[in-house]
Amino acid sequence: MDLQLLVDIFPQVVLDGIILGFMYALIALGYTMVYGVLEFINFAHSEIFIIGAFVGVELLLGLQSLGALDAVPWPLVLLLALLVGMAGSGLLAVTVERVAYRPLRSAPRLIPLISAIGVSFFLQDMIRLFESLWHNAFNLVYPTIDALNVRLELTRTIDVPVKSLVVILAALGMLGVLWVLVNRTKVGTAIRAVAEDQAAASLMGINVNRIISLTFLIGGAMGGAAGVLFGVQYGLINPYSGFIPGLKAFTAAVLGGIGNIPGAMLGGIVLGLLEAFAASYLSLLTGGAFGAEYKDIFAFSVLILILIFRPRGLLGEVVRGRA
Amino acid sequence: MLQVDALDVSYGKIRALKGVGLEVARGEIVAVLGNNGAGKTTTLKTISGLLRPTRGTISLDSEPLVGVPPHAIVLKGIAHVPEGRRIFNRLTVRENLMMGAYPRRDAGIAADLDRVFALFPRLQERIAQVAGTLSGGEQQMLAIGRALMLSPRLLLLDEPSMGLAPVLVEQIFDTVADINRQGTTILLVEQNAAMALSIAHRGYVLETGSIALAGTAAELADNAEVRRAYLGE
Repeated sequence: MDLQLLVDIFPQVVLDGIILGFMYALIALGYTMVYGVLEFINFAHSEIFIIGAFVGVELLLGLQSLGALDAVPWPLVLLLALLVGMAGSGLLAVTVERVAYRPLRSAPRLIPLISAIGVSFFLQDMIRLFESLWHNAFNLVYPTIDALNVRLELTRTIDVPVKSLVVILAALGMLGVLWVLVNRTKVGTAIRAVAEDQAAASLMGINVNRIISLTFLIGGAMGGAAGVLFGVQYGLINPYSGFIPGLKAFTAAVLGGIGNIPGAMLGGIVLGLLEAFAASYLSLLTGGAFGAEYKDIFAFSVLILILIFRPRGLLGEVVRGRA
Repeated sequence: MLQVDALDVSYGKIRALKGVGLEVARGEIVAVLGNNGAGKTTTLKTISGLLRPTRGTISLDSEPLVGVPPHAIVLKGIAHVPEGRRIFNRLTVRENLMMGAYPRRDAGIAADLDRVFALFPRLQERIAQVAGTLSGGEQQMLAIGRALMLSPRLLLLDEPSMGLAPVLVEQIFDTVADINRQGTTILLVEQNAAMALSIAHRGYVLETGSIALAGTAAELADNAEVRRAYLGE
């Protein structure tokens, strides 16, 4: 075993883990916020996430065909892609809630869950149908922006493409804005109040349905932003690419304590790091017996272990009965 | 001010209220007495829109309230301190109070916060504390203070004495009387009949979903039936 190699790649692995982790954190927020107000897992969130990536790629491809992609400064292009991706995913999430979940609000718990799985399949094939008709292909590649692919050499062994730094900064910024929104504004306090006690919140004059829509809007927008960043970072997307990251982000949300917003952020980053370490070190440490392809097993083993040994997650509270 | 007529409310097949009628005039404290399960909480929940009656009418200053969602009823100036306080445990005291003023856009919020602190100085000491860590008495103060942040015309109080030591109960009821003297009309639901009648102007006795007795607080306190069943004589 080459100890020097293990040490040398360490910073690179941490960086990969952080990027992946922020991505998971952004997606996990959508699961956890919706769970917070409705105690329901929105299994269509993985598609809401990937729709953001598709909206973003359509914008970039559109700009490219107009020849504007290189003419407009890249930070502006990226900002625009993020905004339309967030708007697309956010509005889609609100619509899905209105159409597929709200009419089932008083139904037994399993019913909206089945509805969510149905929405998930529906959205996957809707994207596929639309892109097939529009581009005659549903595997799309994010157009390259040269400035984003420039590699910054930090040390002899670590170099970072500009886009990775951009992804980290954008995710950090988004998490920061969300934190302020939820903890420092009146409407954020109302979201937390509704999450704790809907009836009591309605007695405060809070329109609970509106807050639930807003929660889907914010969670969806965070997912959409993650989708655009995913496309920018990894390049290739297809209608089914949301599924695995979505499932992992759900794992991250459970890991942090489902319903808990800081928990989702922490869970995402922990899971991203674990996965990056597994991907890079498993084969080195096991002499090749286990390779990077085991990283998914690793992530989902974490889910199972958490469910067995600490079902409330890292930051979750023990669920108490209400008086 | 508040007029309730022939109210029927059912939980599935169980009829919780049968033809309940009551009224509250501006400036009054009206007490609704009754045992567990008599329908006291159901009455308040129906007034504030959490439950829908199968029959009957509710009006506030002759504006009908039946079918209006709870958050819209709040806008009409009715604040409800629910049974079991239902404060937001994970929010701070300040955040709880601010949620009480949620629909307000006027400049009077700061003045009402001062008024709540004048009534309950303890809340000011605990302002940054997470509400779930307050004692039972402090939680009741917070629940009432939160409702007052709406600057309501009508305050609905559901069992403010529940689970509190006698000294605290007395303190809470003194404050409720103060709130009324400052101009807020109050509809009070209470199992502690002696305490409720000591501050109320009028009262109703609710028995298995119907009004059994009505009268001034003095009349009810003198009524042999009330003395036997609710005042423990």
